[in-house]
Amino acid sequence: MNVIFSLFAILIIIAAAFLGASVPRLDFLFGVAIPYAAITIFLGGIIYRVVKWSTSPVPFHIPTVAGQQKSLPWIKDSPLESPHNTWGVIGRMALEVLFFRSLFRNTKMEMKNGPKLTYGSSKYLWLGAIVFHWSMLIIILRHLRLFMQPIPAFVLGVDGIDGFFQVGLPGLYVTDVLILSALTFLILRRLTVPRLRYISLSSDYFPLFLIFSIAATGILMRYFFRIDLVNAKELAVGLFSFHPVVPQGIGVLFYVHLFLVSTLLVYFPFSKLLHMPGIFLSPTRNLANNSRMKRHVNPWNHPVRVHTYEEYEDEYREKMKEAGLPLDKE
Amino acid sequence: MAGPKLKPEELASKIKYSLPPKGWMDQPVEFKEGTFSYSGNPKNIEYMDLPNPRKWQPTDPDWKLPENWKEIILEGLKDRLHRFRSLQIFMDICVRCGACADKCHFFIGSGDPKNMPVMRAELLRAVYRNDFALAGKIFGRFAGARELTLDVVKEWFYYFYQCTQCRRCSVFCPYGIDTAEITLLVRELLSLVGVNIDWIVTPVANSFRTGNHLGIQPHGFKDSIDFAVDELESITGVRVEAPINKKGAEILFITPSADYFGSPHYYTLLGYLALFHEIGLDYTWSTYASEGGNFGSFISHDLMKSLNAKMYAEAKRLGVKWILGGECGHMWRVVHQYMNTLNGPADFLEEPVSPITGTRFENARSTKMVHICEFTADLIKNGKIRLDKGRNDNRRVTFHDSCNPARALGLIEEPRYLIRNSCNYFFEMPENTIREQTFCCGSGAGLGTDENLEMRMRGGLPRANAVKFVKEEHGVNFLGCICAIDKATLPPLMEYWVGGVEVGGVHELVGNALIMNGEKERTTDLRGEPFHIEGNWNAR
Repeated sequence: MNVIFSLFAILIIIAAAFLGASVPRLDFLFGVAIPYAAITIFLGGIIYRVVKWSTSPVPFHIPTVAGQQKSLPWIKDSPLESPHNTWGVIGRMALEVLFFRSLFRNTKMEMKNGPKLTYGSSKYLWLGAIVFHWSMLIIILRHLRLFMQPIPAFVLGVDGIDGFFQVGLPGLYVTDVLILSALTFLILRRLTVPRLRYISLSSDYFPLFLIFSIAATGILMRYFFRIDLVNAKELAVGLFSFHPVVPQGIGVLFYVHLFLVSTLLVYFPFSKLLHMPGIFLSPTRNLANNSRMKRHVNPWNHPVRVHTYEEYEDEYREKMKEAGLPLDKE
Repeated sequence: MAGPKLKPEELASKIKYSLPPKGWMDQPVEFKEGTFSYSGNPKNIEYMDLPNPRKWQPTDPDWKLPENWKEIILEGLKDRLHRFRSLQIFMDICVRCGACADKCHFFIGSGDPKNMPVMRAELLRAVYRNDFALAGKIFGRFAGARELTLDVVKEWFYYFYQCTQCRRCSVFCPYGIDTAEITLLVRELLSLVGVNIDWIVTPVANSFRTGNHLGIQPHGFKDSIDFAVDELESITGVRVEAPINKKGAEILFITPSADYFGSPHYYTLLGYLALFHEIGLDYTWSTYASEGGNFGSFISHDLMKSLNAKMYAEAKRLGVKWILGGECGHMWRVVHQYMNTLNGPADFLEEPVSPITGTRFENARSTKMVHICEFTADLIKNGKIRLDKGRNDNRRVTFHDSCNPARALGLIEEPRYLIRNSCNYFFEMPENTIREQTFCCGSGAGLGTDENLEMRMRGGLPRANAVKFVKEEHGVNFLGCICAIDKATLPPLMEYWVGGVEVGGVHELVGNALIMNGEKERTTDLRGEPFHIEGNWNAR
C-alpha cells in the first residue's frame, strides 16, 4: 500500500515532467521557474526548520555516552565515545556524520532454542547507507562542473577520481554504479525484511524511489540517450549566475531529470530528509559528557512544589525527638 | 514472589518475531495479564496535586478521562515541543532505518513489533504528524499521520510503560534518538489526564513526604541503620559509627532507600558502613534526603525536580562540603545529567576532594556529588584500604552494567576496578551485553511490579541469557551490579531464567574483602556465608 502509493506518486511526477517538457513553450517553466522555486523552498524550508529547532531550548544535558567517562586521571577515558570537551564532541560528530559510527556498531540478534540469544555483527545497513550517502555527495560535487565556468580544480579532481577506471565512452563513473546498487539494496531491504516493511511509511519509500529516478535519468542521459551537454551547461550556468537562458533542444530527458531534482528539493524540508541538518542538533550526540563538570542552564527552569525540611520536621518532630535524632527546632 | 504462570521454556517458545497481518495503525492494543501495571492510587495522586485522581484500571473500557482530554494532551505536546529541542528533533528526523529494532530488551523478549523503539516513538510521531506537521495535515495517513483517539491513549499507556528508559537503542541510532526522552515526555502527557501507574505515583508521594520511596519515617530509618551497625559488629567484631542528620559533617552520603530496607541491597549497606569506618570518614546520613532514587524521573521533569531538590537542600542545611552518592542507576542519571540544572548551582558546596587521599574529583567539580565507585576506586589506587580477595573466593563474579551509569555517566571501568581488587574470580559477559551495550534488568523506570511480572521476565531475558552463558562457561554464581532496582529485580529474574546465581552490589564485594582494624577472626562474608565453599569451582 505504502509502496504503491509512493511508486504511483513518482510515476505521476515523471509523466508530468515528460509531458510538460515536451511542450516547447514550457521550457522556461521547467528549465528556470520551477528550479528557482524549488531551490527557494529548499533553502527557505531548511532555514525555517533549523530556526524552529533552535528556538526550542535544550533544557537538559543528556548525551548518550558510549564509552568510559573522564574521571580519575589513571582511568583511561574514551575521548570520542564519551567526549568531555568540545574537541571530543567535534570528533564524535565527525565520526557520526562522515562515517556513520553508530550504524557501524549495528548487531543482529538471533534467538535459538534454549533460548539462546546471540548478537552478531551486522554491517550491511551501514555499508548500504555509507555507499549511498558518499556516492550522492560525490555526484553532487562533480555536478558543479556543469554549473561553473571555469571549473574549479577540486571539482575536476573529484571527477577524475570518480572516473578513475576509464571504462567505456563516455567514461563510467564509479558512483553511478554504486548509488544505484546502494539504493536498490535499501529499497529491497525495506521490501523484503518483514520488520522493515512493517515500520515503513510512504515517506520512507518515496525518497528512495525519487533519488533512484534522479540517478537513473542522469545515467540514461550520460550513457544511453545523449543530450546536448553544451546547451545543458549553458542553462545550468545561467541558473547559477542568475542570468537564466533557455537554450533550445537540450532534450526532454534532461527536463525530467531537472524536475525530479526540483521535487527532491521541495520535498526535503518537509520530510525525514531533515536528518541531514537535524543530526547536528541532536542533544544526545552533540553535547560533551561533562555534565558534572559544568553547569548546564535551562532557560525555563520553573519552580516546583517542594517538601521542605521545616515541613518534614514539623510532621515528624516528636518521633525524631524520641529516636534521639537532632532537631532544628526543639 | 509468585512467578509468571508460564514456565521459562514455555514462555521462550512463545516468543515469535512474526508480524501481525494488519498494519500497526489498525491493530488495537490488548491488555494481557502479566504485561502491564496497575493504575495510580487516587489518594497519592491527590497528595501530589496531580490531575484527575480517580479509581480506574487499564482493563476498564472507560478510563474516566476529563472531557477535554484530547485538547489537554495536544496542548501539552505543543508546549513540550517548544520546551524540548530533543522532542522536536526526534519527531522530525527519524528515517525508520530499523537499526534500533532488535536492540530493545522488550522487543527481544516479547516479539511484539510495537516494542521496537522505532515503533514506540512512531506511536507519538503519528499524532505529531497529524496535528503538527504539514505533510501529515495534507496527506493524512499516507504520510503516516494518525488521529489521537482513546485507543491511541491506551496504546501509549501500554507501550510507554513497556520501556525502561534504558537508552540502549539510543547508542545504536545513527542520530542518537533517545527513546527514554520520548517515553518520559509521553508519560508526562498521560499524567496530564490522570493516566499513570501506582508503582510510580505511590513511591513519588512517599519520597515527597518521608524522604524515601518506601515511606520509612525518621525513627524507622534510624532503627534500620542501628540494626545494620549491630549486625556488622557481630560479623566483624568492629563497632562502627553511623551518624544521622549530623550538622557540620564533611560529607553527606545519599543512597537508595532499598539499601537499608531491602535484600540483597542490605549487604551493600554493610559494605558502606565498614568502608566509611575503616577510612575514618567524617560523614552523615540524612533522614530527610533518605532516598537516592528518584521515582519522579520516571514520570515527569517537574516531579524529578521536586524530589531531587532534597539533596542540595539537605547538604546546605547540614553544612557539608560535598555529597557522596551510593550505588544506584537512574538516581545517577538524575544526579549526573539533571540535578545541577534543576536545583543548582551548588555554590554553597565545595569542589569535592577526598579527605583520605586528597584527590580532587575534577569530573564532579560543578555538581559536587561523587559516585561511590569513583570514591572507592581512588582509595584503592592510593593504597588506603587493605583488601583480601580470598574472602570472595566463594564467588565467581560477573558484572552487570546498569543502564544509566553506563550510558549517562560512562562509569564503566570504576566498578570493574573495584571488583578486580576485591575478587579473584571475575568473568565478563559477552561484549554485546555489557558496557555501553548493556542490557536492562527489564524492570526499571517504575515497571518492577508483581502484576507486570511476565513482561519483566521477557524484558530481562537478554540479560539473564548472558548471565546463563557465563554461568555455563565459567561457573559464575554471583551477579554484581550498582543499581538498587537491579538488586531488587535481578534475583527473581535469575531464579526464573538461570538459577543458582546470587545478586549483590559491588560494595558488598568490597566490604567482604575489606580487612578492618581490630576485626575478629573472620570466616564468613557479610551474608554470613563461609569464605570458602568446598566443592565449588574455585576449590577445584
